[in-house]
Amino acid sequence: MSKSVTDVICPFCGTLCDDLEVIVSDDGKKIEDIYNACAIGAEKFMHAQAPERVKRPRMQQPDGSYKEVSYDEAVEYTARMLFNAKKPLMYGWSSTSCEAQSVGHEIAEKVGAIVDNTATVCHGTTLIAVQDVGIPSCTLGEIKNRADRIIFWGCNPCHAHPRHQSRYSVFPRGFFTNKGHMNRKVIVVDPRVTDTAKLADYHYQVEQGRDYELLSAFRVALRNEPLPETVAGIPREKIIEGAEVMKSGRFGIIFFGMGVTQSLSKNHNIDNAIMLTKDLNEFTKFSIMAMRGHYNVTGSGQVLGWQFGYPFSVDLSRGFARYNPGETSSNDLLRRGEVDAVFVLGSDPGAHFPISSVKKIAELPSVCVDPHITPTSEISKLHVPVAFVGVEVGGNCYRMDNVPIEARKVVDPPEGVLTDVEFLTRVNARLDQLMGGK
Amino acid sequence: MAEYIIKNGFVFDPTQGIKGDKADIAVKDGKIVKSTEVSSKAKTIDASGKTVMAGAVEIHAHIAGPKVNEGRNYRPEDKLFTYRPKSASSRMAGGFSIPTTFKTGYEYARMGYTTAMEAAMPPLYARHVHEEIKDTPIIDEGAYPVFGNNWFVLEYLKNKEIENTCAYISWLLEASKGYAVKVVNPGGTEAWGWGLNCLTIDDPVPYFDITPREIVTGLIEANEALGLPHSVHIHQNSLGNPGNYTVTLDTLKLAEGFKAKNKFGREQVLHSTHLQFHSYGGDSWANFESKSKEVMDYVNKQKNITVDTGCVTLDETTTMTADGPFEHHLTELNHLKWANVDVELETAAGIVPYIYSPDIKVCEIQWAIGLELALMAKDPMRCFITTDHPNAGPFTRYPRIIKWLMSAEARKKQIESFKHSAKMVEATHIAGIDRELSLYEIAQMTRAGPAKSLGLSHQYGGLAPGMDADIVVYDFNPEKPHKPEDIEKAFSAAAYVMKTGVPVVINGEIVSNGNKRTLWVKAKVNENPQVMRDIRDKFLRYYSVTQANYDVSSHFVPNPHVIEVDATH
Ligand code: SF4
Ligand SMILES: [Zn+2]
Repeated sequence: MSKSVTDVICPFCGTLCDDLEVIVSDDGKKIEDIYNACAIGAEKFMHAQAPERVKRPRMQQPDGSYKEVSYDEAVEYTARMLFNAKKPLMYGWSSTSCEAQSVGHEIAEKVGAIVDNTATVCHGTTLIAVQDVGIPSCTLGEIKNRADRIIFWGCNPCHAHPRHQSRYSVFPRGFFTNKGHMNRKVIVVDPRVTDTAKLADYHYQVEQGRDYELLSAFRVALRNEPLPETVAGIPREKIIEGAEVMKSGRFGIIFFGMGVTQSLSKNHNIDNAIMLTKDLNEFTKFSIMAMRGHYNVTGSGQVLGWQFGYPFSVDLSRGFARYNPGETSSNDLLRRGEVDAVFVLGSDPGAHFPISSVKKIAELPSVCVDPHITPTSEISKLHVPVAFVGVEVGGNCYRMDNVPIEARKVVDPPEGVLTDVEFLTRVNARLDQLMGGK
Repeated sequence: MAEYIIKNGFVFDPTQGIKGDKADIAVKDGKIVKSTEVSSKAKTIDASGKTVMAGAVEIHAHIAGPKVNEGRNYRPEDKLFTYRPKSASSRMAGGFSIPTTFKTGYEYARMGYTTAMEAAMPPLYARHVHEEIKDTPIIDEGAYPVFGNNWFVLEYLKNKEIENTCAYISWLLEASKGYAVKVVNPGGTEAWGWGLNCLTIDDPVPYFDITPREIVTGLIEANEALGLPHSVHIHQNSLGNPGNYTVTLDTLKLAEGFKAKNKFGREQVLHSTHLQFHSYGGDSWANFESKSKEVMDYVNKQKNITVDTGCVTLDETTTMTADGPFEHHLTELNHLKWANVDVELETAAGIVPYIYSPDIKVCEIQWAIGLELALMAKDPMRCFITTDHPNAGPFTRYPRIIKWLMSAEARKKQIESFKHSAKMVEATHIAGIDRELSLYEIAQMTRAGPAKSLGLSHQYGGLAPGMDADIVVYDFNPEKPHKPEDIEKAFSAAAYVMKTGVPVVINGEIVSNGNKRTLWVKAKVNENPQVMRDIRDKFLRYYSVTQANYDVSSHFVPNPHVIEVDATH
């Protein structure tokens, strides 16, 4: 007899769907089926079952091959590496639980590490913009219940957040939106004709890297000030029409993604998008939200925030917390050769960092804690496989709108495989021994 | 557990009427006991020449949760020059107006505060609030979920369904692990969902067809029907606007005719918070003036109300409130960065930095109003010192406020240093008040009073046998001549603090992380299938999370202290 686990949280993207149903074998060991998840979410659950999964830590040998080691040895190597390093980088934290982040921070504080999460290559620019100009936002349920103007700027939820539109933003019927999609006008701003753009009522095919100009143009149009004939490749009439659509709504929202956070102008784009939102509040109700990628990158920013006061790129190496992206951010530190050991958990910089940074990681003492074999695990001196958070162990996570949801455990991890929290707690305890008297 | 005897201090304890007499306080198993009940092995703490009080109780501060943390994250500048490195018994800690959780616990403890209430918990974010509470060392904490703009409440009260409101409150307190019924800008925050507001108690809430008046009276009725330890705790409509004192009086009058019903010794049916922000006269910032007298005259004669002050400390700070429309109004006034979150079916929140400058007339007047409220209070057991942290200033300024309240000379000095002191004096009463609060009155306003208002006077706020051993020794000799600055210094860093029998501060330094607890209220009501159906229905149709993922599990509340209430009949 199989059993069904309901209200399961999907530990993949920032949409953090919490309505999955997972069918589990009677012995609680095997996932048989998944309902409600999108394809990428379902894939994540199935991956946990992959037969080639590594189940014990592996140490890279001088010839590049791997030797299986015990968790005790892995704890010892990790603790000593962090203990001996002058300025270790502890990176990732976006695909793990807040509980694990918290233990990680305690370790980082002890050894004087830099703690950074994936925002550093993604929405860090957003966080900087928020520090400049604030952010008017809301929860995703507000969109579902009230919003009649939906703008996707530089993001493509059809591919990156597949259930976003059906659960929250475009299709659902809510309290004041009982006609669902019919109540809403959708605007997409993207240089590419994406699947999201194809669904939209209005597609603004902005010239690559010209988002800042277009945002400014909308702000000009709202003020009824004169505009040039075209801005960023968009004719004046279309801009004025777009501004009208925005301000004629009862409740609007701008969702934005990497298309604006990492294109030319970076945080300045987001500054301007937020100020456009603020301007729109002179006419109607408007919000703005970042489409966060990893399922718990938001949580990492939260836990860092309440423990140290900054959302990413937090440097604890001087005995107190410092924050100065550009100086204390992972890629800048790696490129300048300022860190002497790298600990990665809950992310894959090997796949996402520039090659110059990846080479540096490969040269340094390094540990990668990850259930998968990843590009990062392949260049790390030590790979520590762990249980999948949200599949084999629970823990708290924060959705893209900062709503906290506690992920569930649906099956047991493979025999003997530690969880993130267990592994970190052992490293922490070992560090206490090493530091005894210090 | 260890035994202690705190010897020879000047004891101030309103619960026993002790006004500075020399006495010994004995402790056994985390509780205060009679001196004869400890053995000769009891460790002696010498408090001779010092002041001894119970641990102080914070009734209203924003110290944990989503808006507090947004404040931290979006204000890196707030951390400048504030960091303390870790020590053998403490984590690194920083931040000024929105300190990290570690710093929050340490700073309260250093000042002799051993319990604090987070003043506004959005239920959907309750898990976040509790994660932060868990990471705030030493102090016992509870959190007030907000009810005043909640769709269930609006719908039930529109139909005058008090019993259903009670059942829903009971359900939500348990789901969110909350302590009391908080109301912020009743109706106005729901209106903010459409960019609107309710500025009087008779402005109808868009769509829901109910008024703030009906929300407040309905919730008072429900609160007393349940017999909760605390009363309804209200942040009124029209906060921060010139002339708002009439709205304040209108709201306070809603308590008339209600009588407290509970087993905790609480006497009020309404707690009106940060009254400073609600005691404004004039009709513009140009003729802005104090109406503290009008408001306190009413409060003084109305025995079923308690209040807290919301004193302005003259600092750069970070305002944050569930009063979404107010924060939008504020950013339009000061043009500083604005954060806002609207929370589905429940509430909203906004954040804007603010600089209370001693060179700006309005800020000077606000400073005066906050102190006037406390100085005009006839019954210090019903008027409590707060800064509505961090709204009118950080809680770390309590020692300075105590100095101002205890010393007319300190107030005079402050008034003289203001840029617009003459105009300020004209618009306020402060210069004509020579009252100086006594240490006994301070103990009432910071200990016994708030504890009683919260329904916790059996365990907090006093030094009688049987109460929790939350004890503070200040290096302050009330019998010796002193300068105003000595008061601030003594209250800033206690000589000794004990939390439930564990020494946590010695000579102003943290020595232990204590054994912090989370307080929440479990109110038992009759089974109510209709309310359970309504809850299921709203989750299916309107919430963005499932009902099964809404409850805060015990994992987030590792050391609970549950107050039980039986409201079945
Ligand atoms: S949209 Fe994101 S969270 Fe939802 S099922 Fe797909 S991958 Fe998972
Ligand atoms: Zn408040």
